[in-house]
Amino acid sequence: MKDLLRYLKNYKLCSVLAPLFKLMEAAFELIIPLVVAAIVDKITAVQDGVAAAGDGTTFVVYMCLLLVGLGIIGLVSAVSAQYFAAKAAVGFSKELRSDLFGKMQTLSYYEIDGLGTSAMITRMTSDVNQIQTGVNLVLRLFMRSPFIVFGAMVMAFVLSVTAGWVFAVTIAVLFVVVFGIMLVTIPMYRKTQGYLDRVTAATRETLVGSRVVRAFCKEEEEISEYDRRNQRLTASQKAVGRISALMNPLTYAIINAGIIVLIYVGALKVDGGSLSQGQVVALYNYMSQILIELIKLANLIITVTKCFASADRVNEILKMNPSLVHGECAKLTDGAPFITFDGVSMKYNKGGMEALSDISFTVEKGQTVGIIGGTGSGKTTLVNLIPHFYDASEGQVLIDGQNVNSLGDEELRNMCGIVPQRAVLFKGTIRDNLKWGNENASDEEIMTAVNYACAADVINSKPDGLDEMVEQGGKNFSGGQRQRLTIARALVRKPEILILDDSASALDYATDARLRNNLRLLDYNPTVFIVSQRTSSIHHADKILVLDGGRLVGCGKHAELLKNCEVYREIYESQYGKEGA
Amino acid sequence: MKTGSQMRIIKRVLKQLKRYIPAVSLSIFLALLTVVGNLLAPIFFGNAIDCIVDVGNVDFDKIFFYFIVCGAIIIATSLAQWIMNVINNHVVYSVVKDVREEAFNRLQHLPLKYIDGHSYGDIVSRCVADVDQFADGLLMGFTQLFTGVLTIVGTLALMFFYNWIIALAVFVITPLSLFVAKFIATRTYSMFKKTSALRGEQTAFIEEMIGNLKVVQAFGREDENQVKFDKINEELSRASLSSTFYSSLTNPCTRFVNAVVYAAVALSGALTLIYPSVLPVSFGIGKLTTLLSYSNQYTKPFNEISGVLTELQNAIACAGRIYELIDEPCEIPDSEDAKVLEDVSGDVTFRDVEFSYEPEKPLIKHLNITAKAGKRIAIVGPTGCGKTTLINLLMRFYDPVSGQIAVDGNDIQNVTRHSLRKNYGMVLQDTWLKSGTIRDNIVIGKPDATDEEVIAAAKAAYSHNFIMQLEDGYDTVIGEDGGSLSLGQKQLLCITRIMLCLPPMLILDEATSSIDTRTEMKIQSAFSKLMEGRTSFIVAHRLSTIKEADLILVMNNGNIIEQGTHDQLMAAGGFYNRLYNSQFAG
Repeated sequence: MKDLLRYLKNYKLCSVLAPLFKLMEAAFELIIPLVVAAIVDKITAVQDGVAAAGDGTTFVVYMCLLLVGLGIIGLVSAVSAQYFAAKAAVGFSKELRSDLFGKMQTLSYYEIDGLGTSAMITRMTSDVNQIQTGVNLVLRLFMRSPFIVFGAMVMAFVLSVTAGWVFAVTIAVLFVVVFGIMLVTIPMYRKTQGYLDRVTAATRETLVGSRVVRAFCKEEEEISEYDRRNQRLTASQKAVGRISALMNPLTYAIINAGIIVLIYVGALKVDGGSLSQGQVVALYNYMSQILIELIKLANLIITVTKCFASADRVNEILKMNPSLVHGECAKLTDGAPFITFDGVSMKYNKGGMEALSDISFTVEKGQTVGIIGGTGSGKTTLVNLIPHFYDASEGQVLIDGQNVNSLGDEELRNMCGIVPQRAVLFKGTIRDNLKWGNENASDEEIMTAVNYACAADVINSKPDGLDEMVEQGGKNFSGGQRQRLTIARALVRKPEILILDDSASALDYATDARLRNNLRLLDYNPTVFIVSQRTSSIHHADKILVLDGGRLVGCGKHAELLKNCEVYREIYESQYGKEGA
Repeated sequence: MKTGSQMRIIKRVLKQLKRYIPAVSLSIFLALLTVVGNLLAPIFFGNAIDCIVDVGNVDFDKIFFYFIVCGAIIIATSLAQWIMNVINNHVVYSVVKDVREEAFNRLQHLPLKYIDGHSYGDIVSRCVADVDQFADGLLMGFTQLFTGVLTIVGTLALMFFYNWIIALAVFVITPLSLFVAKFIATRTYSMFKKTSALRGEQTAFIEEMIGNLKVVQAFGREDENQVKFDKINEELSRASLSSTFYSSLTNPCTRFVNAVVYAAVALSGALTLIYPSVLPVSFGIGKLTTLLSYSNQYTKPFNEISGVLTELQNAIACAGRIYELIDEPCEIPDSEDAKVLEDVSGDVTFRDVEFSYEPEKPLIKHLNITAKAGKRIAIVGPTGCGKTTLINLLMRFYDPVSGQIAVDGNDIQNVTRHSLRKNYGMVLQDTWLKSGTIRDNIVIGKPDATDEEVIAAAKAAYSHNFIMQLEDGYDTVIGEDGGSLSLGQKQLLCITRIMLCLPPMLILDEATSSIDTRTEMKIQSAFSKLMEGRTSFIVAHRLSTIKEADLILVMNNGNIIEQGTHDQLMAAGGFYNRLYNSQFAG
């Protein structure tokens, strides 16, 4: 949490003023019992005949006006405090959120894989909100509640030392009870949350698997298993409920026991002449004030605990350093092949399995490279090394003879047009989406790319053409339409290196074939990498890389590989049948 | 929400509470005790203070008497409050448990149309978050609403009893507090709505951009996104500042009104004490203290009640959403005289079947299929042509609008769903595994299978090897949806399930789509063996896997446009021919 306090820097004044005004409000609240005491004592004086009735009336009226006046001052200070606290808390979370978003964008693929995107989204949303609530509440209450509790005690000491001790003991006992109950229940609440998560998981699971559950006639088993989990949740909820149910009755009893002792002490003092009746009334009032504040304080502490946990999680991300390695730029080597993989191995985590081992090959400018292999053979990993999304753990990836880690990431990625496996479109118009490839592209350039990507019919089928709105996640487009649009997006950039990562999987064979033909006609002659499971998508390539379990088991043209690469032949035969070969 | 439907929901909740009437009445009785105790204690404290007048003028005997009374009241009140809390907890959590069970039970019997038509997130949030919110509201309503109202009524009554002038003063000022709270609430409502709309917009943006961060980085869009984000962020923080600030005004404002009430009580009380002759009201200083403490006690429930009312409103809305789910009509139950399918040989016929998901968009019309026992039927066609729909109809996940589907001559409408489904072995493209051990997942169709049978099935489906490589072999616990298993491995497990229970008919919907083609080849031979003598329906992208089918149905737009064997269809030179040849184009 300490590290996050710097986001309050621009709101220093607000974060000082808020608690200050809150203190002021509390201070004026503490005066009220004294005013009441004065009124009571004046009344006694009138009743005893020491003061005149008229005199007493004037005094009482003034005092009551003073009470209203104190109320007004209290209102003004409270409103100011709320304003400054809200301003500081909102500003704080604004800057934190902006920084966190910026930080997340700089993380490399390693960190994204490690954190998982859903965790990152939770950090940005619910964790930051939790922190904002915490900051707001702390600014408002952290000073006020202890001030009232201890202020009441100090006032009691001023009125009578013995009474003060009664306060001290009562407060101590209250503290022990309130925090004792919290200490016991917080872990129980956490456990209950765990049971609730399991109930949630069961619900989700049965929904996702509804077809299979019904196909195997497992409805009753699902219900009885759910009931078991639900029962455990309920039992846990009731157990924690029984303990926290003690909070109110116990604090009530303690405060009232304190009042009994207080009145007794007061009676002795009044009898001895060291205290007036009005002052006993004041002491009684102070005691009542404590209870309310103490409960508020307990709530505050729960909120702050949650806030700290969120702050830790957010801070973990803010402290992350992108782990990509960047090297020195070496001199251009003339005559080097365009792209070289030189003994490249790659591990996703240190000490983990190698996703790629000892891969070496070269590619000339303008060539088309096909990459094929089973699931988990390392195809995507290989192409992700070219734009330096990951570091090679051994060996080098070179472009024009230079290690990719020495080329600026931005510059390098600008060279590449990438079509990822999952066809993602963003909210906005089709044009907005396609301009991701090149912000300055004209409509004409965009349409050229669209035509090459066989996506013209997608755009023509929409009433607004390029201005058609894409919903979040591209929900209003079919899988095949999305795929073609993401290909167009990469082509708008006119990339030197085009990477298609299994990006024709949702296209039918005819469109796939048309697309491959078009790519060969591109006038800027990019170097193309095509990752695919289908031999038909890559068999025309200048070079086919066959991967199996992270190793390069074949490299060459279709005909050569059929002859001398067993893995390739098996893949081919599995798709076409033996007679096709 | 309309008041009428709100009333209906409240009635429903009350009905749910019926079982707990004794507990609830006890709780209400205890609440009454608590309130009475809360009101009595200050009276006796006041009496005690009245006994402390001056030096040497303190009646200790009376004070002690009051102390004993107070002590008894306090103990009784605390006990009553505690027992009340425990009862309320018990009732609320029991009701919630019932509701959850009812909802889950309903999920198992809802037509798939409902489940397919609603997002899982929405249904889960009804079953979990809404139920939780409902519980919170109910608990708060129980513990605070009733005691709050009782406290207000009781305090006011006692005030009138003691000193009607003071009571009148309080009574007149009270509406002010309510008015202020209401004024602020209505003014801030629109601000809150705006804030939450902006927050929703920001969350959507975050989900989009952080969820697809890899694409963002690949296209170098970080700076543009930051600018867009900061713009929404700025708007949000402005809206958030006003809604946070204005809503936080309620407390200071009502506190101020309280202060005025307090001053009014002090003033009117003091004046009646100074001029006892003007008004014939018997009154002492102790009584004034009692009244002052009442005036504090009296205004507090107002603030609480307004909070509770919003919470209750929310709870009712949540209850409404849950009941909506619970009240969804179930699948039409099996008829009384439904037949139990036994010893199925596997003749499946579709006669003039018509079906659509939405009445206005007809999908399948006049569909006729005859699948002879033991034959392999392959279904091909572009995405959205109705392949999956056919499976939905076969398994009776959906019922046709008209026409008839029969197995061995029995209309499946007149057959129990369980016996129909038990005769099919189904492997879908979307694999589904439940959290549990590998073994649990395999034996789902045959719970009494021996270890030997399980291993034999796993070997046949080529899953034995990778299972043995897992930490605990067949006893390895996998998390929700298969956890760390790869898609291909999950598919192998789903196939193992079928290999174990060997039903007489098979449905394979892209069953091997995520398995690499070499492993697939090996499984294919196992499949061929499995399919011998079993009527099988096969959906596949890869045309090579369906070439050997006895009958190929080529579907487009919900209709069968061609049917025949591979050779016949190739010779016909139609849609299938084009589809098949495009594989080799390039």
